[in-house]
Amino acid sequence: MADFLTRLKQHPAALWVGFALIAAALAMLPFIVGMQGQTWVRVLNTALLYVMLALGLNIVVGFAGLLDLGYIAFYAVGAYTYALLASPHFGLHLPFWIILPIGFLVACVFGVLLGAPVLKLRGDYLAIVTLGFGEIVRIFINNLNEPINITNGPQGITLIDPVRLGPISFSRTNEFAGLDFTGPVKYYYLLLVLVLVIIVVNVRLQDSRIGRAWEAIREDETAAQAMGINLRNMKLLAFAMGASFGGVAGGMFSAIQGFISPESFGLFESIIVLAMVVLGGMGNIPGVILGAVLLSVFPEALRYLAPLQKAVFGSEVIDPEAARLLIFGLAMILIMHFRPAGLLPSEVRKRELATGRET
Amino acid sequence: MDIFLQQIVNGVTLGSIYALVALGYTMVYGIIGLINFAHGEVVMIGALTAFSVITGLLGASAGMPVGLIVALGLAAAVLVCTVLAFSIEKVAYRPLRRASRLAPLITAIGMSIVLQNVAMMIWGRNYLRFPELFATERYVFGGASITGLQIAIVLLAAGVMALLLLMIHKTRLGTAMRATAQNPEVAGLMGININTAISVAFVVGAALAAVAGLMVMTYYQVAYYHMGFILGLKAFTAAVLGGIGNLAGAMLGGLLLGVIEALGAGYIGDLTFGVLGSHYQDVFAFFVLITVLIFRPSGLLGERVGDRA
Repeated sequence: MADFLTRLKQHPAALWVGFALIAAALAMLPFIVGMQGQTWVRVLNTALLYVMLALGLNIVVGFAGLLDLGYIAFYAVGAYTYALLASPHFGLHLPFWIILPIGFLVACVFGVLLGAPVLKLRGDYLAIVTLGFGEIVRIFINNLNEPINITNGPQGITLIDPVRLGPISFSRTNEFAGLDFTGPVKYYYLLLVLVLVIIVVNVRLQDSRIGRAWEAIREDETAAQAMGINLRNMKLLAFAMGASFGGVAGGMFSAIQGFISPESFGLFESIIVLAMVVLGGMGNIPGVILGAVLLSVFPEALRYLAPLQKAVFGSEVIDPEAARLLIFGLAMILIMHFRPAGLLPSEVRKRELATGRET
Repeated sequence: MDIFLQQIVNGVTLGSIYALVALGYTMVYGIIGLINFAHGEVVMIGALTAFSVITGLLGASAGMPVGLIVALGLAAAVLVCTVLAFSIEKVAYRPLRRASRLAPLITAIGMSIVLQNVAMMIWGRNYLRFPELFATERYVFGGASITGLQIAIVLLAAGVMALLLLMIHKTRLGTAMRATAQNPEVAGLMGININTAISVAFVVGAALAAVAGLMVMTYYQVAYYHMGFILGLKAFTAAVLGGIGNLAGAMLGGLLLGVIEALGAGYIGDLTFGVLGSHYQDVFAFFVLITVLIFRPSGLLGERVGDRA
C-alpha cells in the first residue's frame, strides 16, 4: 500500500486521474445504490456520519493517544443543539447554516469541560472517567424534562426541521438534469462535503506542529513535556477538536432523522465508534475511514440474516440484532489478537507494536 | 432521621453487593493491571444461571425445601461463572499479556459485548421476574426497618469476604497471588506459577460475582441480560474509591459507595429544592468516580499508583 502510494507520487498525472475517478465514483454512488431503493442511500448517509464520528474520535484516540469512551456525548450535544434550535419544541426554527456552527461551538465547549479535569489521567483511568462523563450526559438528557422541560426526557424531540438551503428543502425531491435528487441523495452530497472538509482538516492537522505535538504526547508524555510541549493546551485542543467534529455529526444526524431520543446516545454507540477506529487502524486517516465504512455497512447486510434463517431453519433461530452486536464484539477481540494495529495501520503504530512498546 | 437510618440500611445492603463485585475487579487489576470490563457480565451470567436453575427446580419438584433450591442455584451459578472466567482469561487475555495496554482493554470491552449478546440469545431480551422466595420479615428499629433478606445478604457477603481474606493471607496460594501482584517476573523466578496465580484471581473473582449476582437478583426480584453493565461500572467505582488493587479497599469502597448512593438518592430532592430527583441515583457513582480519580487517584486505602499506562 505504502509502496503503491510512493510510486503514485512520482507520477502526478496518475495521481490526479486517480482522484478524478474516485470523485466521479463518489458522485455517482447515490444514484447507483439508489436504484435498489432509497434505503441504501440512507445506509450510505449513516456510513458518512460514522466516518465523521470516527475521524473526530481518531483525533483524540489516534493522534493524541487519549482513550475516550464517552465520545458519543459530544454527538448527543450536537444533535440536541440542532434539535432544540430547529423544532417546535421551543418554537425556534433557525436555519441550518447558523445552527451547525453553534453545534460545533457547544460541542467544543463540552470537549474542554471534559478535558480540563482529566488532564492528569492516563490510559485506562482516562477511559473510565470519559465513560462516566458520557453516561452522565445521557442520564441528564434523559431526565431534564422536569421541573423545566428542556430535552423532553425519554420521549425525545420530534418534528426537527430538515436542512433548507435557500429554496431547496432537503425533505423533498427535486428534479435536475433528468435525475431525481431525493432528500437522502441531497443529504449524501452535503455529508460528503462535510466529510471532505474534516478529512482535509485532519490531514493538515496531522502534518502540522500540533499533530507532531500530539504524536509526541502519545508516545511519551514526560519526554514531550521536557521538549517544551504545553501538555495542557495540546490535550485540551485534541478534546475540543474531536468533540466539535462529533457535534457537527450530531447536528446532521438530527436533521436527517427528524427525531432524536436519549436512546441513540448510549455507551454502545461510543464503543462502536471506537471499534471503527481500532479496526481501521488508530491514527491512520484512510484506515479509520475504511473501518467506519466497513462497520456501518456490514451490519446492514446482516439484516438479511433474518429472512435467510427463515428460509433455512423455518424460523428465527438467532435474534439478528444480537447477532449484529455479537459480531462487533467478536471483531474487536479478533482484531486485537491478530491485527492489533488495525486493517490499515499507521506507520508509527506498526513500529510501536513491533517493539511491544506501551502506548 | 428515619429516612437517614433507612437509607443507611439500604445503602449497606447494596454496598455489600458492590463490595463483592469490586473484589473481582480489584484482584484482577492488582495482579495484571487490566480493567476487566467483562466482570459485570460475569455477574449477570451468574444471576441468570441461578434464575434458570431456581425457577426450573421450583416448577419441577414441589417437595424440595427452598433453602436447598437456592443453594443448588448458587452452586450452578458459581460453577458456570468460574468456568467462564477461567476460559475468558485463557483464551482472550492471556495471549495479550505482553501486548500494549490498550489491546487487552479493548478485548475486554469486546468480551463484554459478546457475553451480553450471548445472554440475550439464551435468555431473551425481556426482564425476567424472580419470585419472592422467602417470606418478608421486617424488623423495625429506631424508625427504620430491615428485612430478613437484607440481613442475609449482608451476613453472607461478610462471610464470603472473610473467607477470601483468609485465603489470600493465610494459604500458600494466596501468598503466591500476592507475590505475583507485587512483581510477576521475580515471583516467576521464585518458582511461583504465575499463570496459576492469575487464573485463580479470575476464578475467585468469578465465584464472588456469582454470589453477588444471586444476591442482586433476589434483592430486586428481576434479572435481565444487561443488568451486569451498570452494576459492574459501580463496582469498579467502588474498587477505585477504596484504592484499586487493595482488597480491604474494595470492601470499604463498596460499602461507602452504597451508602453515598442511597443517601444521595434520598436527599437530592431536598438539597436541590426539587430540581433534581432520585432518578439521578446512577449519576452519584460517576461523580464519585471522577472526583476520586482527579483528587486522590490512589483511592482511600491505596498506595502510590504511579504512572500506569
